[in-house]
Amino acid sequence: MKLDELARLHRQMLVIRRAEERLKKLFADGLVPGFLHLSIGQEAVPVGVSQALTDNDTVSSNHRGHGHTLAKGVDLNGFFAEILGKATGLCKGRGGSMHVADLSKGMLGANGIVGAGLPITTGSALALKMQGQGNIAVVYFGDGALAEGVLHECLNMAALWKLPILFVCENNGWSEFSPTERQLATSLDKLAKAFSIKYSAVDGNVVADVTTTAARLVKTMRKTSAPAILECSTTRVRGHFEGDRQDYRDGDEIAALSERDPIRLNAAEMAKAGGTPEMLAEIADSVDAEIEAATEAALEAPLPSSADILADVYTKVAG
Amino acid sequence: MAEIRYIKAVNQALADAMEADPTVFLIGEDIGAAGGSFKATRDLLDKFGPERVYDSPISEAAITGMAVGAALTGMRPVVEIMFMDFTTLSMDMLVNQAAKARSMFGGQGSVPMVLRTPHGGGLNAGPQHSQCLEAWFAHVPGLRVVCPSNPADAYGLLRAAIDDPDPVIVVENKALYAMKGDLPDDREPIEIGKGRIVRPGRDATVVSYGAAVAMAQTAAETMAEEGIEVEVIDLRSIQPWDEDLVLESLTRTHNLVVAHEAVEAFGVGAEIVARMADIGFDQLDGPILRVGAPFAPSPFGKTLEDAYRPDASQIVAALRRTLA
Repeated sequence: MKLDELARLHRQMLVIRRAEERLKKLFADGLVPGFLHLSIGQEAVPVGVSQALTDNDTVSSNHRGHGHTLAKGVDLNGFFAEILGKATGLCKGRGGSMHVADLSKGMLGANGIVGAGLPITTGSALALKMQGQGNIAVVYFGDGALAEGVLHECLNMAALWKLPILFVCENNGWSEFSPTERQLATSLDKLAKAFSIKYSAVDGNVVADVTTTAARLVKTMRKTSAPAILECSTTRVRGHFEGDRQDYRDGDEIAALSERDPIRLNAAEMAKAGGTPEMLAEIADSVDAEIEAATEAALEAPLPSSADILADVYTKVAG
Repeated sequence: MAEIRYIKAVNQALADAMEADPTVFLIGEDIGAAGGSFKATRDLLDKFGPERVYDSPISEAAITGMAVGAALTGMRPVVEIMFMDFTTLSMDMLVNQAAKARSMFGGQGSVPMVLRTPHGGGLNAGPQHSQCLEAWFAHVPGLRVVCPSNPADAYGLLRAAIDDPDPVIVVENKALYAMKGDLPDDREPIEIGKGRIVRPGRDATVVSYGAAVAMAQTAAETMAEEGIEVEVIDLRSIQPWDEDLVLESLTRTHNLVVAHEAVEAFGVGAEIVARMADIGFDQLDGPILRVGAPFAPSPFGKTLEDAYRPDASQIVAALRRTLA
């Protein structure tokens, strides 16, 4: 991959990383209401996959969804404001971290229920197929969702009806507080085989590989409308949620994660392709400025009015 | 006016909606070639083809969730869940997803989906094929719930549900599927949220919906023989329900009974009674009473099910009590 493309991917990953690091700090300062699930260490997956997508393709996400959302191109200011529960948020402060959506970008929502994005995205894929424009749907889910019943229903349906859905599994080895081997009697490649769905596996921390593989899969899907599975092995650096001390994890395992840091790995690739430290610093500075501006705007934004408590429950108010 | 069976009215509403709007499509188990368990979708596969009528695997959660996703992607899906009891499998998708998407996404979009499903007993279908669970859905902000009592309403409420920008649960009563009635020639949607006085009266009001409407009318006839004129209201829509109509009726009759086939405890009747005890308190001449099924699963055997299902005599007994 050429340097300019690696740099572009790098910047997108860094936006997610710095956004989440900023949120982590805001959370520690008590400025983020509710729960916060960070995807630090997993940025290469949504960045790589999103390169193949347009605003007309749909995605849905899960509780660890900041990366999926930002990589789909949603507005950073609206994103920060939403997570801080502000009226200027993408969802007017009614969704928060686990429910960020931007329908104008085809982002059908993060989700607080494990696996729930699967049927929603399968239905979106059916709609896109009916509409016949060659658009596709992408669902991001973790290895924890492999144990959910709807996963099996959706793999069956997608294969049976040949729906243009890309199942992107971010396998970070942890289902909340439990290791995958204690959760699952099978593996996704075997499930893919059972349902006759095209399966690819990739190192989810190497953004160039994710990008190349996703591009290849999506290109085929646009023509055939057939489903595909992309399993990305990746790393959850933080706890299940902020505040989780990860006592159940081996300290050495966590310490070793930095060697697989997708941003670090990509920086090395950039260096091999002729990138310089100045180039990296320039990217970092511009990302930091963007994040800081979004943070400031969100902090200053008004809270939602309590008078709006009944707004948007229904489109039309009866009576 | 054409005479039509309830199930055929459902079928006609689906066909007319699909004709009128190419984004309307059907998804459900055995709804295609088989025409549906109760034949609500008979001939629609032939008429509209497999791209509009999806015979799905037995995957209630997935098809309900798919309707949510398709609705968020510009379509108007109509899901059939074969028996209301099976909506238990669709609950996450209805309660956590369909109902909340509009609100939790800050009004960015809506989920124009319909879920049709039959409730009710009378077929000796047993405890997992007879339940009336509409109160569960009426309890969830973001969902609408309608329950037609006759063929014309089955048509008009379903058309309105499909037109509605938000998720609507259309609860049909399987014991009414064979019922005949007139379908108006204009075949218009019926506004969701508006009830109807099906029999005017001055002495007491019975509020009902679905199959209980006919029971209430029978009870009113019995009372009329004694010179007591009972007003019968068909709610048509449960969420929202026509509070103004019920209060207006109570203001004239001063006595109220709410009757439904569902279990009495914690049901739709409880909500109506509580509201009227609040805003209609000054109008009441007697206790507001409920008629519903006993607090037990719907039994299978004929003698048991007959005893379990509310009937006109129980509404008469409640009317006598409140009027006493």
